Amino acid sequence: MAGTIAIKNGYVFDPLNEINGERMDIFIRNGKVVTELSAAELKDAKEIDASGKTVMPGGVDSHSHVAGAKVNVGRMMRPEDHYKYYQKKTPLTHSGSGYSVPSVYLGGYEYSKMGYTTVFEAAVPPMEARHTHEEMRSTPMIDMGGYLVLGNNWFLMRYLKEGDIEKAAAYIAWMMRTHKTYGIKCVNPAGVENWGWGENVNALDQANIHFEVTPEDIIKGLTELNEMLGFSMPVHLHANNLGHPGCWEITRDSLKIPRNVKARPKDPNVEWAETKINPQRHESVYLTHCQFNAFGGTSWRDFESGVKGITDYVNSHEHVVMDSGCVPFGDATVMTGDGPAIHDLYVLTGNKWSNTDVECECGSGVLPFTYLKNNPVHSVQWAMGLEVLLYVKDAWKSIMTTDSPNGGPFIKYPQVIAWLMSNKARQDTLSECHKWASDRADLAGETREMTLNEIAIVTRANAARTIGLSHSKGTLGIGADGDVAIYDINPAKLEVSDYESIIRAFENAAYTVKGGEVVCQKGEIVAIPEKKTYYTDITVNAEEEKKMIDDVKNWFKYYTIGFSNYPTPEKYLANPTPIKIDAEV
Amino acid sequence: MAEVILRPTGNFDLTVEAEVVTPDNFAGKNVQEIGKLLVWQGPQQLPLTDFFEVKGNGGSSAQDTTIVIDGNVSRVKRIGEGMTAGKVHVKGSTGMHVGNSMAGGEILVEGNTDSWPGMEMKGGLLHIKGNALDHVGSAYRGSWRGMTGGRIVIDGDAGNQVGGGISGGEIVIGGNVANFCGTRMNGGLIVVRGNAIRTVGAEMTGGTIVVGGAIEKFTPGFMQTAVESNLKFNDIECPGEYKKFAGDYAIPQKGKGVMYVSAENNEDL
Repeated sequence: MAGTIAIKNGYVFDPLNEINGERMDIFIRNGKVVTELSAAELKDAKEIDASGKTVMPGGVDSHSHVAGAKVNVGRMMRPEDHYKYYQKKTPLTHSGSGYSVPSVYLGGYEYSKMGYTTVFEAAVPPMEARHTHEEMRSTPMIDMGGYLVLGNNWFLMRYLKEGDIEKAAAYIAWMMRTHKTYGIKCVNPAGVENWGWGENVNALDQANIHFEVTPEDIIKGLTELNEMLGFSMPVHLHANNLGHPGCWEITRDSLKIPRNVKARPKDPNVEWAETKINPQRHESVYLTHCQFNAFGGTSWRDFESGVKGITDYVNSHEHVVMDSGCVPFGDATVMTGDGPAIHDLYVLTGNKWSNTDVECECGSGVLPFTYLKNNPVHSVQWAMGLEVLLYVKDAWKSIMTTDSPNGGPFIKYPQVIAWLMSNKARQDTLSECHKWASDRADLAGETREMTLNEIAIVTRANAARTIGLSHSKGTLGIGADGDVAIYDINPAKLEVSDYESIIRAFENAAYTVKGGEVVCQKGEIVAIPEKKTYYTDITVNAEEEKKMIDDVKNWFKYYTIGFSNYPTPEKYLANPTPIKIDAEV
Repeated sequence: MAEVILRPTGNFDLTVEAEVVTPDNFAGKNVQEIGKLLVWQGPQQLPLTDFFEVKGNGGSSAQDTTIVIDGNVSRVKRIGEGMTAGKVHVKGSTGMHVGNSMAGGEILVEGNTDSWPGMEMKGGLLHIKGNALDHVGSAYRGSWRGMTGGRIVIDGDAGNQVGGGISGGEIVIGGNVANFCGTRMNGGLIVVRGNAIRTVGAEMTGGTIVVGGAIEKFTPGFMQTAVESNLKFNDIECPGEYKKFAGDYAIPQKGKGVMYVSAENNEDL
């Protein structure tokens, strides 16, 4: 029977069910986790002997740049990223190339090799949604979705300025449905709009040009609207002033803005997997790539880690969850909707640079970047990315990412996991780094070593919970999707000082199971599964929506495309999976 | 020193990718084994003997192996790619990418070469007695990291983008070059005995360029700093009087590159 499998005797880590390395069997029938299989079913089912191995839910990446216009710019402007890193086609798989920005096929295969089964695109500009969906549809092996960039949207900025919250809510709901996207992304609020005039904003109370809204107005407005509409995930925030020495303060202050916004995720009409821990979020803000937002000092001369200022705040407040944005060294391609931040990197490095203004909506920048161990600032950034995850006491407040490919490509995750699990791995790398890594960050003195359970939290369980997907992802509870990663790690014999073995195990999962089917085995793709594309479909008051659409049509003269070409139809999505929410506003 | 002789006999209507033709690959192999090495032609992998008559066994190491290509192989690409030691002697002309990424040893081409000779070369000597087309010793498309070591000598002319992005090593061109010589250069030495057309040293951030002939259109981002005579860079001599410039001031890392231009042939500068 397709999608039916028995995984026997593995050491199971399912943090949402408080299962911490118990030896047990996992059964999957028709692609869903079940309590058991009947004798007849067992006879036909594939059986995997996972004894001596680690079994986790399939990996979930809640923030990665893998599809869309700027990702493709990263490919087009970097032939040098491709010619030495490629893979031949096989009877089953496409060929592919690209180290820091792989082609869509290669990207899907590489995630699958590491045991990942779900990946969310971090930033979808509305006008580029169709392009993003075309790439997501062509990315094999993984279920996907994307966050819609709304932090500098002309319509929203005007509604917020005018205090027209009902229309703003109707606009967001309509935009999510129109572009088939999943949640709200807010990038350098108010600042990207100013970049259209060659400027930025530097303070939370600085009003931007023309629209005269402040970053604070936008963060407050979007987080409130997010809860009014009952989104499954919190507002995904890329804070102001990113990448500038001293930016940690504005980041912490940004996190304070929604402290009184109560999380109200509406229960979408889905079947929930069984979990012991509350699978719904209680956070109103999900900060992304904290490392890039946690620079200390006042200039590049006195640059230092400012991570502690943020983690102290996160440790003492319940409304914040964040991902790390680790820097694993080597080649990267920085790409973000934060145009001015990338311009600053261009001035700093002189590297080739691409900048785009997305009309009335947002912008973006792309630039090749190499992180070097002997560079003082880069070495501190490496330490900071790990500090973010190690200083947050409760792993349920953090998620491991590299902001791929900004800090480094996602294929470096196994290396990051090794640093988190092994102090020796960190000390060995520290000894190769510029001395600033020891002097300007406190990582050298940090002895915490994450357990496999904590790794399971920061690489799948919490990513899924944060974005409201734990009804089917990030857990092996009964009813969850049959997505499983089996790693060649025997927790009973694990010596974390032998970190090379951790890297090897996470680089090539012994088995990646998706929907109950083995899709990848020890680095070899053995099946191309069906995939889903999630988006949020929120119903709002029809009258309010009609009034809002009149506005949009009226302003559409400023767009270079026709209104009827604006939406992305469902046919652009692989197995469209709407999360339906009735917002009652 | 063992010598392996390859005499071209095959049909080269479609170009052949022969990155297996290096002393490193031939070392330790006898004539039959060498003949069975596979090369790409279009979508097919075919044995070397489909294209060459092979004589002689490889030496015990790359160092002990010389490959002589006895004929014209201008439709054969990537000869000597990545070689670390030994010698390759081509009695005719070669196709693209000869000596691509080579790290050591010596390649001598009696005729001309197509584009990309010594691309991203790390060490060794690549000597071309005729002319070369574009991208001599340069970085691959999109990359700004070209040749890092070794020496390329071209007795004739070279095309565009000589030493694009180089950060080490030396390129000596006996004749003329076309456009973008030393663009994005950040180290190393380029000597052009003849003339250049335009954009010499554009966006350079380090290293030294010497142009012994005339530059048709001088790059605007350079400022003259001195006049020097009879330049000498180890064993490379450049007699005559030169105007010395710093640049390129058109980009953020200003003026760290050095360009010498013959005073006699560029009186208007």
